[in-house]
Amino acid sequence: MTMFDALYVAPPALAAQAPILAIAGPLIGACAAALSPGGRSGWMISVIAAAFTLWMSLAVACDVARQGVVLYAIGGVPPPLGIALRIDALGSVMALLVSSMGLIGAVYSGHALASEVRAEKHTLFQSGYLLCVAGFVGLVFTGDAFNAFVFLEVSSIGTYALVAAGGQRDRRALPAAFNYLIMGTIGATFYVIGIGFLYGATGTLNLADMAARLASLGDNTAVQAGFAFVVAGLGIKAAIFPLHGWLPGAYAGAPSLVSMFLAATATKTAIYLIARFMFDVFPDTSAFGQVFIHFVIAPLSAAAVIVCSVQAIFETEVRRMLGFSSVAQVGLIMLGLSLANAVGVSAAIFYILAHAMMKAALFMALGALAISVKARTLSEFAGVARDAPWTATAFGVGAASLAGLPLTLGFLAKWKLVEAALQAGAIWMVVVIAAGSALTLVYVWRMVEALFFRAPMPGAPRAREAPVGVLAPLWILAGLSLWFGVNAALPEGLANAAAAALFGAGR
Amino acid sequence: MTGDLLILLALAVPLFSALVTYAVGRMPDVRETMTIVACIALSIITISMLVRVNAGVPPAMTLARPIAGLDIAFRLEPLGALFAVMASVLWGVNSLFSIGYMRGKREANQTRFYMCFALAMVGVMGVAMAANLFTLFIFYEVLTFSTYPLVTHKGDAAARRAGRIYLGTLVGASVLLFLPGIITVAVLAGSTTFTAGGLLAGKVDGAVASAILLLLTFGAAKAAVMPLHMWLPNAMVAPAPVSALLHAVAVVKAGVFTVLKVSTYILGPELISTLPAATWILWIAAATIVIASLVALTKDDLKARLAWSTVGQLAYITSAAMLPWASGLIAGGLHMVFHAVAKITLFMCAGAIYVATGASRVSEMGGLGRRMPVVFACFMIASISVIGLPPMAGMWSKFLLVTAAFGSNEWITAAAMIVSSLLTVVYLMPVAFRALFPAQGDPMPRDFVRPGGTPGVTLAAIMITAAACLGLFAFADPIANFLEPIRIVSFVEIAP
Repeated sequence: MTMFDALYVAPPALAAQAPILAIAGPLIGACAAALSPGGRSGWMISVIAAAFTLWMSLAVACDVARQGVVLYAIGGVPPPLGIALRIDALGSVMALLVSSMGLIGAVYSGHALASEVRAEKHTLFQSGYLLCVAGFVGLVFTGDAFNAFVFLEVSSIGTYALVAAGGQRDRRALPAAFNYLIMGTIGATFYVIGIGFLYGATGTLNLADMAARLASLGDNTAVQAGFAFVVAGLGIKAAIFPLHGWLPGAYAGAPSLVSMFLAATATKTAIYLIARFMFDVFPDTSAFGQVFIHFVIAPLSAAAVIVCSVQAIFETEVRRMLGFSSVAQVGLIMLGLSLANAVGVSAAIFYILAHAMMKAALFMALGALAISVKARTLSEFAGVARDAPWTATAFGVGAASLAGLPLTLGFLAKWKLVEAALQAGAIWMVVVIAAGSALTLVYVWRMVEALFFRAPMPGAPRAREAPVGVLAPLWILAGLSLWFGVNAALPEGLANAAAAALFGAGR
Repeated sequence: MTGDLLILLALAVPLFSALVTYAVGRMPDVRETMTIVACIALSIITISMLVRVNAGVPPAMTLARPIAGLDIAFRLEPLGALFAVMASVLWGVNSLFSIGYMRGKREANQTRFYMCFALAMVGVMGVAMAANLFTLFIFYEVLTFSTYPLVTHKGDAAARRAGRIYLGTLVGASVLLFLPGIITVAVLAGSTTFTAGGLLAGKVDGAVASAILLLLTFGAAKAAVMPLHMWLPNAMVAPAPVSALLHAVAVVKAGVFTVLKVSTYILGPELISTLPAATWILWIAAATIVIASLVALTKDDLKARLAWSTVGQLAYITSAAMLPWASGLIAGGLHMVFHAVAKITLFMCAGAIYVATGASRVSEMGGLGRRMPVVFACFMIASISVIGLPPMAGMWSKFLLVTAAFGSNEWITAAAMIVSSLLTVVYLMPVAFRALFPAQGDPMPRDFVRPGGTPGVTLAAIMITAAACLGLFAFADPIANFLEPIRIVSFVEIAP
């Protein structure tokens, strides 16, 4: 993260408190939004709080770049007793991702909500949205296993409500949200059970402490059970195959803003926590951990890439298609993690950043089109490019990046992943990634052909170009996918720094 | 003018031409004038690059560096310079032809047509000038996607089906074979830069090199080596100018050009000569040569016959790239040019006949030469060149190819080439012969469906390339000398 070395975005006194402010800001914003008189003011609060979070995350990132690790004891009580925030390069990269997506989503929400959510719910919606942002940032900042659970739940409560808010547009959002609620709660419960085991074995909840004690504890059944529960519980949240059942329905039913934000951040933060447990907390010498990664995580991820890509091909509803695609992409990311070395994890984090940008652009473009055409299936989207070229082109850019076309960020992400697999000698993984990419091309092509090359259905409502308030954030996302495709120094630097935080010598 | 600027211009001129075409789409005259201007400008640019390469100061530049070790960089070398000149000059000739054809047929969506053509030329220029495999790959894909709307120009179900096969084969092979091959090269060598003598020479063992060679050769599906050839006959649903420039010159030659580049600069002649995979590819190419010629015999549709003929002729060049005797590479480079000139003539003739009379089948063309003597005379000249008889340019490249095959003791390849030449006589010569010298009982040829017959610009284009088939006969030696640097000096030739 050398690019942040000489960057000072906040006065030192403020920067010192930035970690807690990045979490407290959106929390306070959430309360304010809930109490605000109308949708307009709720939106303003949301944008301001999200911008503040981004500012504070950036301040933290600058400090992390200079110090390596930022420790913040909440309330001034030092770690073993009090709750500590411990932010390293990985955490701050994730926080940057969450808060920048949060801001883009907040700006977009101004127009998106009007067509998809009832007016009297807008303030509560914004409140839930900010709750999510706060939860995700807290999750990646915290250095305490139980505190992570708390933040996980804070964000989850927000996401359940946000998905259900799609019920206005599509009644199926309600069962989807319920499904998500049940699955998510099971996941969270598993996680707590796992933490319980680990606490029993080590007597601490602080992640750094836990890591130190586990290293001297050796392999023992309680620890193994704890680890398995933690990964399985988080696996549901991260939509790791075959625990992904909730995802396509939730993404299809939720308002487009929510699909966009969740696709970009929700599964990613869960993956972050899995990586944290796999590589930071759990000793790398453990034979059980190695077996788990090589014989459970890796094959499941490979299955996700193939199976869910095929499911996406046969899906007719665009958002569900993208949902299945997300599960497949999570599989690719987990493949990178399962290499369990710095190069693989760096490729995985790079992929996380790339996927966040392209999927967000895709969902946002769909939402923008849905303002004028109430379309769900591919054939209902046929030919919209003629009436809304800018929106459709942004969708095309996101799709190109998803398919991994050269000159887009998605291409570089796939390249790094294959390179990492080849360096580790995992030829089978190269085959899986290549096959997955070919399948991705098929469903991406189906979408592009429908939007750009097919004539609209007779009698279908004409699409209209989205308003500037939507086009601007949309093209920021699409433009980033293109710009980073030509000059990926920033995401690559972030990914390398984040991987070094897990595998570096100075750990 | 510095070399960097030339490279940027070579990319910018067709790109700018595409934008202008879009902007002035409502004014056909302006639109087509601009296209011709762009063709001339691009030809001047590529020729001056060729002159620089010949003078030993090849233009080179790095455009961007997405991540370390992965540059978007350009550097001209003899093969690429030749390819760029060939493509840009023939783009100009073909544009003349297009104007006559598209107006004569009153085709729809002409603006999109000229725009995609110009974008395809951006891809061709990028492929020709690429300094490494990664850059080549990018523009190779630009070429694939920009030509899709051209293949599906008609927009009916058959065209869309052909388009799916086109994209499916080309992109599928790219993703599944070509890209993994490139990444393997990048991991093993630390870069993908084209290096004289071979980037991988001395860095990999035989098994890995064989795998890379197979991945890259079949990954470049535009070279249409069987079994990845079906996209080409299917792409014949496109209008004749598309078949002429893209499926005789730009797209398919980008494929074999890639194969030539891989064998010259990535694996290197010395490594290739030791690889078993090179022999396998030679066998497959030999099979492709013979089978494609046999299939061409059975096709009554003229364009389909020409397409199958192209599949066979491309395999000649793929074989050339695999021939350990390094002058095979030069023969391949020559054949790339000479076949392009002849085949574009044949396709333009087919288009001209179709516009004027509506005839697309060989069996409908008996005696047609009386109405269209010039067109069929040109067809005859180009046919002789494809067959490889003097006094046409095609003779030299075929002669050198067969010599190279004999020289490397690849009897199967040599035999396939000779047999296929004879088959070419059987499937190409009768077309012009029956038209020009009808048998006694033949019915009178049909009337022109378009008043005035062949449009003048179309005729001019055909005559230019037919004259080139004749004229280049005298210039084989300078071109071969120009290509000489791609043969590495240290290589010891195997005595014939």
